[in-house]
Amino acid sequence: MTDVPVLQVDEISVSLSGRQVLDHVSFDVRGGEFTGLIGSNGVGKTTLLRTILGLQRPDSGRVLVSGMPLSPRSRSLGYVPQKIVVDPDVPMRARDFVALGLDAHRYGLTRRSPQQRELVERILHDVDAERFADNRLGSLSGGEQQRVFIAHALISQPKLLLLDEPLANLDPRSVQDIVALLHRVARGYGVAILLSAHEMNALLPVMDRIVYLTGGRAASGTTDEVIRSDVLSQLYGHHVDVLQLHGRVLVVAEPGQDNQDIPQHPTLTLG
Amino acid sequence: MFSGFMVNAWEVGTMVAVVGGVVGFFVVLRGSAFPAHAIPNGAFAGAAGANLLAINPLIGLGVFSFGAALGIGALSRRGRSDAVTALALVMMLALGAAFLSLSTQYEPQIFSLLFGEILGVSSSEILPVVALGAVCIVAVAVLYRPLMLTSIAPDIAAARGLRPQRFEIAFLIVIACATTMTVPVVGALLIFTLMLGPSAAAQCFTNRAGRAMAGSVAIALVTIWLALACAYESNWPVGFYVSVLSAASYGIGRGYAAWHTRRQVRATRESLRRVALTN
Repeated sequence: MTDVPVLQVDEISVSLSGRQVLDHVSFDVRGGEFTGLIGSNGVGKTTLLRTILGLQRPDSGRVLVSGMPLSPRSRSLGYVPQKIVVDPDVPMRARDFVALGLDAHRYGLTRRSPQQRELVERILHDVDAERFADNRLGSLSGGEQQRVFIAHALISQPKLLLLDEPLANLDPRSVQDIVALLHRVARGYGVAILLSAHEMNALLPVMDRIVYLTGGRAASGTTDEVIRSDVLSQLYGHHVDVLQLHGRVLVVAEPGQDNQDIPQHPTLTLG
Repeated sequence: MFSGFMVNAWEVGTMVAVVGGVVGFFVVLRGSAFPAHAIPNGAFAGAAGANLLAINPLIGLGVFSFGAALGIGALSRRGRSDAVTALALVMMLALGAAFLSLSTQYEPQIFSLLFGEILGVSSSEILPVVALGAVCIVAVAVLYRPLMLTSIAPDIAAARGLRPQRFEIAFLIVIACATTMTVPVVGALLIFTLMLGPSAAAQCFTNRAGRAMAGSVAIALVTIWLALACAYESNWPVGFYVSVLSAASYGIGRGYAAWHTRRQVRATRESLRRVALTN
């Protein structure tokens, strides 16, 4: 891990249609770190990721990638969006989509070099996608497509990989597989990962740091530093408890409190 | 069949089929069938306007095609793309009707823009068709990879600094260029058919983009050549044969895709059964 953060989010505020979505959000991601961006649906995780990518202009604040403002065609960031619907008829093999990660920004037709083709094979192997690499992209299952999209993002050798809800709509087995895969590639490729999710428990074994987002504000640090009753109560603006149960974390509100922003068990309250 | 006016028809038909196959590949991939229908059909109003002003209809076609492409592309960023395209189409058709009503005489050549006059192509019309066709093919070759990513995964493309809206406008301009080139000789309906049927059929036969584009050109060529031969022999309109053959090629493509899928499922079941028996 290096001293200069791969990503610095500095006092970012964003309003959409007059609603304050992000309110002075700050955190850093360092090289090789696995960071979970945790929050319930609608708290602004996607808006934050789009702001980092330069697709959403912030009202105030700045985003630095390796200490520099993000340039429009920077190869420093890889991105896997929340939902990609690919028509099953699209004539594109998974292997070709991964290769497109190398040169989709280039104009004209050039043959890919043997080294580039070798790189495609290596990445397909690393994300365990070789067995369906020749299938149509649109015919793959959700978990298989996630592997292909991750490989597509990794092949440009980014410093930071942003993944927007990659675990949504996956069965528990696929969730475990994708989390293990991301942990493995983060270590293997030395790439930092910022992954948004509304459920933190699947990520607990692999997360180096957490950014906990609610009500437009964020708390960041290690899991032990952030997932505490005092920190989260301050963030929510009312008392919440943090319970450890069989290795899982439960964040719960007291009766009478509005707990709809709590990401894991929105209906769970202490009686 | 291979002499006199038919030579021009074979040459122009071949070029139109190549352009239709290449541009049509992305029309189908991007789901741009509606703009590909609206731009050629709306462009006929430009030719009607040019006729009213007593200028070359090609100029009117070009102005309306490119205007429609830019208008649809720009307004689609602010509203529903299908609604914007539909309104652009009806506006242009309304203008075309108004221009025709202002004209003092019935102009059959304006109406032929809808259905084409491929059997009446003069030698002087070949060069502009070839030139504009070459522009379309070069444009698609230059934009090939960014167009591919913006077609399949626009969010990922945007994150990589490619602006999907700009590529949408660029591609609509390519359609406009193809329209300007082809409508006077094959008609608006024919070029729409050639951009859609062969490309959609080819994508059923292969899971590789390059082969699908080559297949799209090949099917379009066979379609136009067969249509010209049948029209010459039967005196029926070329457009009829092109439409029927395009639709038939797509039907065959869907049939092949269904058969191929069933075969793969059977093979997978068989291999699973063998594994179960081995264990």
